[in-house]
Order: sequence, then C-alpha cells, then structure tokens
Amino acid sequence: MLRDITIGQHFPGNSIVHRMDPRVKLILTLAYIVVLFVGSNPLGLFLSAAFLVLAYRVSQIPFKLITKSLKPILPIVLFTALLNLFFVQGEVLFRLWVFTITREGVYNVAILVVRIICLIAGTSLLTYTTSPILLTDALEQLLRPFAKLHLPVHELAMMMTIALRFIPTLIEETDKIMSAQKARGAELDTGSLSQRLRALVPVLIPLFISAFRRADELAMAMECRCYHGGEGRTRLTVLRVGGQDVGVCVFCTVYFALICVSATLLAFLPV
Amino acid sequence: MSAIIKTENLRYVYGAGLPGATVALDGIDLSIEQGEFVGVIGPTGCGKSTLITHFNGLNRPTEGKIFIDGTDIWAKPEAIRQYRFLVGLVFQYPEYQLFEETVEKDIAYGPRNMGLSAAEVEERVMQAAAFVGLAPETMKRSPFELSGGQKRRVAIAGILAMRPKVLVLDEPAAGLDPEGREMILSQIKKFHKETHTTVVLVSHSMEDIAKYADRVLVLQAGKVAMYDTTERVFARADELVQLGLSVPQVTKIFLKMRQLGVNVPADVYTVKYAKERILEALAAGKGAGQC
Repeated sequence: MLRDITIGQHFPGNSIVHRMDPRVKLILTLAYIVVLFVGSNPLGLFLSAAFLVLAYRVSQIPFKLITKSLKPILPIVLFTALLNLFFVQGEVLFRLWVFTITREGVYNVAILVVRIICLIAGTSLLTYTTSPILLTDALEQLLRPFAKLHLPVHELAMMMTIALRFIPTLIEETDKIMSAQKARGAELDTGSLSQRLRALVPVLIPLFISAFRRADELAMAMECRCYHGGEGRTRLTVLRVGGQDVGVCVFCTVYFALICVSATLLAFLPV
Repeated sequence: MSAIIKTENLRYVYGAGLPGATVALDGIDLSIEQGEFVGVIGPTGCGKSTLITHFNGLNRPTEGKIFIDGTDIWAKPEAIRQYRFLVGLVFQYPEYQLFEETVEKDIAYGPRNMGLSAAEVEERVMQAAAFVGLAPETMKRSPFELSGGQKRRVAIAGILAMRPKVLVLDEPAAGLDPEGREMILSQIKKFHKETHTTVVLVSHSMEDIAKYADRVLVLQAGKVAMYDTTERVFARADELVQLGLSVPQVTKIFLKMRQLGVNVPADVYTVKYAKERILEALAAGKGAGQC
C-alpha cells in the first residue's frame, strides 16, 4: 500500500535526459509549465504533448508511470472537468433536465484535461530522471543569489536533502511497525473513522520515537564529520553545463517558442 | 502428530506485474508438526522473513495455499485476523513496536485486541511477564525507560500473552550481548517445553539453531534447500557452506578432526554432545594405542 507512492520517485537510467545538468532540467521544466499556459490552444497542446512523448521516449521511462502519477490528483481533475462541462455558457449541444452541455464546455474540458496531464507528466519526468540529491543541489545553486538577501539557501537545501533522503526510510519503517502491530491484532483498515484514528496511535508513537532516534543519530554522524554549515564547503561533484545541455536547451527554446506562437499559427492554418 | 502449519506450492512475488518484480518465495512445500521446534536458516535475502509473514496471514501468497491447523487461512480473507492470534509473530527488533505508557499495558495490547475479559488479560500479562523474566516492579514503568534487552523481553511477552499455538520469532536475539542472547533463547525453549507451543525460530547463528531446534529448514533463493532433523542438516556441512551458510564451530572442529583421521562422528553440533564423543574417542583411542 505505502510502496505505491511515486511522486518524487527516481528511476535511474543513462539517457540524455538523465545525464543532463539538473539546473538546466529544472529551468526547462519551469519553462515548460509556463509554455503550457501560454500555448493553451489545440495546436499548442498537441505540440506540448508530442514534446512529452518524445522526452519520455528518449529517457526510456515507461508511459505506465504517467497514469500512476496522475492517480492521486484524478478526483480534482474530474471535479473541475465536470464543473466546466456543465456550467460554461455557449452553444448548446445536449440538454438533460437542468444540465446543459455546450460546445465551449467540451472544448474547455478537453484543453483543461490535456493541460493537467501534461503538467503532471512533465514535472514527474524531472523527478523520474533526476535523483533527489541532484535536484536539491540544483535548487541550491539556482537560489544562491538570494543568499545575499540573507536567505538561508544552504540550510534550506540541506533540510530538503535530509527530508527526501528519509522519506523511503520512514515509509519502510511505517510498513514494519504496521505489520508488527497487525501481528498483535491491530485492525488498521476496518471500523469507523474514529476507530481507525485510535488504531493509528500504536503506529504513530513508535514511528515518532524512531524518527527522533534517527535524527539524533544523523546529527551525531554529521558532527563527527565536522559539518558546520555551508560556508567554505566544497562539492564532490561539481555541476557543469556541457555541450549536450546547450544543444538540448537550443532545441527546447525553439520548440517552446513554436508552442507560444501556436495560437497565431493556428489562425493561418486552413480549417 | 498433525501438521499445525502446512504450505502447498507457496509462491510470493514482490511487486507482481511491475518491472523489477522479484520472486521471494518459489514453490515452498513444507509442514511443521504440532509441538516441534523448527529452526529456519538461509543466506540474507533468501525469503526467511517473507515466509514467516505468510504464517499469520500478513502477506497473502501470490500462488499456492497455506493451512494453519488444517484450514486454508485465505479461504475466508475477512477472518484472517484470528490467525494473527493463533500464530504469534515476533518481528526483528520487536522493541521498536512498543508504544504504551506502561509495560503492563503494552503486553496487554494483543490480549485486549482478542476481546478477552479484564481478568483474563491481567492473568495472561502476568504469566507472560514471568515467562520472559520481567520483575513485577517493572510492570508499572514506562517501556521507554528500560534497557534494550528488557525492552526486547517486553515485546516478546506481548506476543506470548496472546497464547498462540505457534510462536514464530525472527532473530529474537539480534543485537543482544551473549548473556542476553542466552537468556532470551533459553526462556523461549522453556516456554516451548512447558506449554508445548510450536516454535519457529529464524536465526543467523548456527550455534543457536543447533542448540535449540529439533528440525532445521534451510532456505535458498525462495526454495526449500533442506528440511530435516538438526543432526542430518548439519552433517551436510559442505552443502551448507556452498549455500553461503556455515555449521556450528564445534561441528567444524569435528569435521577437521575427521579429515585428520580421528575416528569421530560427523553429526556433532552441540558442545555437550561433542564432549561425550571426544571422551568416547579418547577411550577407544587408548585401547587401540592411538591419539
């Protein structure tokens, strides 16, 4: 059950996408999100989706994972889709009792759903192909200019690294504790809401205790290795933008620009 | 004798249907008789822990069947909880599951989940605590104030108090000092003798298995490699070494002695038995003018 969480999961590989500089990937992902909203027309979204298909192909990430990462937000998508479907005014296509479906409604829903799928799949690709550690490294370096404004960039990045590092550990730990309490007859997935909440106490208390224990041990281990914050700290792997990154950047810039002007292009297409 | 645990072609696959699915158990057929003390050994990752979580229905087999006391436990999945009480499972490092304010309340968690009366729970808690050697004055203390070894005993008592028909323990002595090891294991043996509870003990220590188990199950890559009486399993020392396991040190010495031409048996696996065999060999050796 708990193993099914995929958001932020990393699938190691050796494709161009995997090997790209994480800073470049992060910026391109942000650009992609912006482009998705700028090019919110059929042609633009088609190009955006085609871009994703290409990117997933190149990085050899199975498409099945897209559906998996979409699952948690599916209710929200359905809800907004239904609202749009029934409450957008326009040319009536279909009428049943108080419900009317308009041409504009259908169009809006199609655009909305494709955009959300692209949004989730696009951002997921970043986390699928970049290890969390590299990602925080990239974030830290991109935010470095803000350190001058006394933003604790290094500390924030370190906190994020530690949090990410411990998510799988804590999930595993939770699984173990749940099994142990089930072995003593705990009923975790049946009963009313209040019963279930009460049944969680035997899981949460040991989990908190173990989290504190791990925090203590980690702090000790960091002190043993003379950790003293970000000042004067050098890196084992220095991020470098290579020729490949520049190439991908140029390609993406041109492609994204194309999507941005797709609305204008669409006007010239004979329809 | 009747089989208390019986498995038929038990298969379990982690992440079935996904890329990277791994077969943890691959066609396990075995039967454990009522009242036996079975030791389970095998290299790391051979499926020991996965197997034992099938005994009380925490994991559902991908294929195959498992019978507890003659009934297929997955015939009625909604009634699976009763098998958790029938087969008491002590996990590795069980002290990390403690959560109550007092030792007494923590041990009572299992019995209370069974829906027993307060008096019955009380009696079981006291008896279980006595079995693992917890002093009455510790019962009102917080389990988090206790030492590691004592916490471990509280956790084991929590399972004993459910009075399971089968007690399954995954490395109950891991991380304890030699004295603590000896104490925990001998208390389990005592519990086994006095209550005739079937015990399944998973361990990496060949010495512990040799000393306490009647039968030994050797797992290798999700399959049963050997399942026989302790002496017969440890007599196959070469095969065990090939599996990445070993034999008790005293067995090693005896096998070396045999290689050197001393006439001693090969199926020696406890120090006590070894002493008798050495004395015998010496007596025989004197008669023949050897040694």
